[in-house]
Amino acid sequence: MTDLAVIGAGPAGLAAALAAAARGVRVAIVDSATEAGGQFYRQPASGLRSRRPQALHHQWRTWERLRDGLAGSGARFAVQFLTEHHVWSVERDSDGFTVHALLGPEQRESVAVRADAVLLATGGYERVLPFPGWTLPGVVTAGGAQAMLKGGLVVPGRTAVVAGTGPLLLPVATGLAAAGVEVAALVEAAGPKDLVRHGRALVGKLPEGAGYAARLLRHRVRLLSRHTVVRAHGDDRLTGVTVAALDTRGRVRPGTERYLPCDTLAVGHGMLPHTDLAETLGCRLDGLTVAVDDEQRTDVPGVWAAGESTGIGGAALALAEGHIAGRSIAARLRGSEPDPAQWASAAKARTRLRKSAAALDAAYPPPAHWSDQVTDDTLVCRCEEVTAGAVREAVDELGAGDVRTVKLLTRAGMGWCQGRVCGPAVAGLAGCELTPSRRPFARPVPLGVLARQHDMATEKGTS
Amino acid sequence: MRTPLKLADAHPGPAFPVTLDGREIEALPGQTVAAALWAAGVTSWRTTRGEGRPRGVFCGIGVCFDCLVTVNDRPNQRACLVPLHPGDAIRTQEGTGHDD
Amino acid sequence: MVGAACALYTARAGLDVILVDRGPVAGGTTGAGEGNILVSDKEPGPELDLALLSGRLWGELAREFGAAVEYEAKGGVVVASSPDGLAALERFAEEQRAAGVVAEPVADDALYDLEAHLAPGLPGGVHYPQDCQVMPALAAAHLARASGTRLFTGRTVTDVLRTPDGAVRGVRTDKGDIHTPAIVNAAGTWGGELAALAGVRLPVLPRRGFVLVTEPLPRLVRHKVYAADYVADVASDSAALQTSPVVEGTAAGPILIGASRERVGFDRTFSLPVVRALAAGATRLFPFLADVHAMRAYLGFRPYLPDHLPAIGPDPRVPGLYHACGHEGAGIGLATGTGHLIARALTAKTPDLDPTPFRPDRFAEEAV
Repeated sequence: MTDLAVIGAGPAGLAAALAAAARGVRVAIVDSATEAGGQFYRQPASGLRSRRPQALHHQWRTWERLRDGLAGSGARFAVQFLTEHHVWSVERDSDGFTVHALLGPEQRESVAVRADAVLLATGGYERVLPFPGWTLPGVVTAGGAQAMLKGGLVVPGRTAVVAGTGPLLLPVATGLAAAGVEVAALVEAAGPKDLVRHGRALVGKLPEGAGYAARLLRHRVRLLSRHTVVRAHGDDRLTGVTVAALDTRGRVRPGTERYLPCDTLAVGHGMLPHTDLAETLGCRLDGLTVAVDDEQRTDVPGVWAAGESTGIGGAALALAEGHIAGRSIAARLRGSEPDPAQWASAAKARTRLRKSAAALDAAYPPPAHWSDQVTDDTLVCRCEEVTAGAVREAVDELGAGDVRTVKLLTRAGMGWCQGRVCGPAVAGLAGCELTPSRRPFARPVPLGVLARQHDMATEKGTS
Repeated sequence: MRTPLKLADAHPGPAFPVTLDGREIEALPGQTVAAALWAAGVTSWRTTRGEGRPRGVFCGIGVCFDCLVTVNDRPNQRACLVPLHPGDAIRTQEGTGHDD
Repeated sequence: MVGAACALYTARAGLDVILVDRGPVAGGTTGAGEGNILVSDKEPGPELDLALLSGRLWGELAREFGAAVEYEAKGGVVVASSPDGLAALERFAEEQRAAGVVAEPVADDALYDLEAHLAPGLPGGVHYPQDCQVMPALAAAHLARASGTRLFTGRTVTDVLRTPDGAVRGVRTDKGDIHTPAIVNAAGTWGGELAALAGVRLPVLPRRGFVLVTEPLPRLVRHKVYAADYVADVASDSAALQTSPVVEGTAAGPILIGASRERVGFDRTFSLPVVRALAAGATRLFPFLADVHAMRAYLGFRPYLPDHLPAIGPDPRVPGLYHACGHEGAGIGLATGTGHLIARALTAKTPDLDPTPFRPDRFAEEAV
């Protein structure tokens, strides 16, 4: 039995674990990766023996502080770090919580971690809206290209186009360029004026904005703002993309299409939070994100949430939220009322960063008329190979008006990824809001694991 | 020429052999199946069960399940998550990944 | 599903029909079902007669809709786990045969010819070639469309409008009144609430069930396969959790695993113990499933009436009110026969089946 199970070893989870452990809480961090860091601070595999991982990262000092904290300074109990633990469910009972996790790359055995409290720091993943050709090998998510670079020190090809919308595209383009990829263009749907309009709130959020611009220039990356990819070309793999300019309302301007040869397209349209565990625990969601109070508590007693799952806002916001959560948990587990004055500076940072996150969100909306480019034969659901035409037929002919009914009538979202990838596109084509899906299994679980009434003995050291 | 390994000043141990459909390729210690395949210039390793279309890495972080592959006779492993060991046998997979 | 079938059969009988649902198409129990069209789990009696009629009608619809509703005449296989169980199962099958069911005993080896991947050492079972399956949401949507009726989704019935002498004159909805001399209550598990709006009692209760869905697979399970104790569970009145393994492949690839029954009201909380029990039962029947991934699980609420029979036909207490609900776990399969009975009742024609056992007012005398 541990006091606190932290699910996710990204900035939010680490900050919370360190804050709680420093106050005497026994903490187990549970994470699917082999190293701590989450997506933002994803580390090269240790076997690659990188002497300069910071070349792949920003805000490295912060990472060093987190890493050293995890290594055991300052806490009464060492933080227990359970790597390669793929959490598939968190169960709540009268005595607390059981975190069920599949072990290692094999994921054939499950272990149970018992805890009195749980912090959900499950992070987020990238939203990608479909366009013709987006299923071709060579088309990857912007975050995926970055993850493969940071973790595996590999790049997908020689010539890349980075496209979509959002603040992730800049570091992906410069990162790929620094790693030797020729970046033919950075294609950003937002226009320069969109960024200026939200400039005030963005000050402090993009301290490195100027630095990125300089680096784009240094790597001779052409910035095509208010542009979009309308089609990816290739037979069995990507050979190039057609890009086009957008008008101020977000429609493709006819006659502006041009072809850019490339073997890689790194594309993304912002981020979505992982909320499956929270939803199954019965936590109230606010739109797509987990609803939390000022202490980062969800409405389920014993469950806290921090980081991207409570609203996409980046690593700095995740750190502030995680810190607050950790301190709140430490107080509450002792049965005392926490004093928010003790985390005033983190709370102040949280307020400021949430404001700039909202501004970023407004500055980088998904292209308004993206679905105009989606031909009927374009796949929307990559897993079940459901076309936009089939989704439109379900909506126009069979009376589906929401994501769940489209799923029932077309299978869009029933495949391996359970609609995580196609959800936004299906909602867009159906003309409805994206709502959180119920996913009682946060990842696929072998039936043999489910069938065993009891998981393997509780982790050593947590009892 | 710039490479990711140079950028991160990486000094991995010696490369080891694994096989892709019986053909030998090299992998570096710590690399996932997907990373080794990318390094070998391979970008797709499965075909879909509907249209038989090629797929490889898409999300790169284990969310999308596009990079499914058979490793040591176990189908439907996510290539972006599974690290390689010397002698591992990677097989491209078709359809459900299971034999009919 | 029942509403869509009623719309289809009544429209084809020449009536002008409006289909109203507070949610989307197939948004209730239909969207959470497996699409069973079964005779195998029914003992001789009125429900089996309705199932046989419904199966014939589904066969006709299949010629019209076919692949669009993923209709599969795949047959069912009921498996006994012990020699005693097999003997009981064979006696049950004999009674069913007398009532018109095709039920073929399969002894040991023949069982593995039907289902090669069943656990070794099973004594035998019974093969029911008349058992079929459809994809329920597709079936409801296609039947509703083919009916040509006006479909109002996202529209909630808030009251039943009645004349001074008590007869139906329409429904009030959150988006305006609809005037009609006849209402068919096909509100499934929520049929009791609609009946209450018309001032009558119909004791429909929810009986929760979970379904587990696997990763897509080649056709390793060819029939609907279930353990003989499933029949006893279906007929049981217990409120406690019961699970008996029901395993079947689908046209789309995944295997569906049921079936659990609990009376816990409309509790939508996920229950790991229930799906663990389902997985345990399924892997006992088909050991290869232990290495297969469950990708999702969902739950639904079967509309349950105390005597396990649906309420179908006119309600003598309110002229113009018809009921077509309370089919428990068999609503997809029984939808066609129900639609037929409702259409016949509305056009005052003789049905192909005696509807008396399904009288909606049969519970009226009981204390509330």
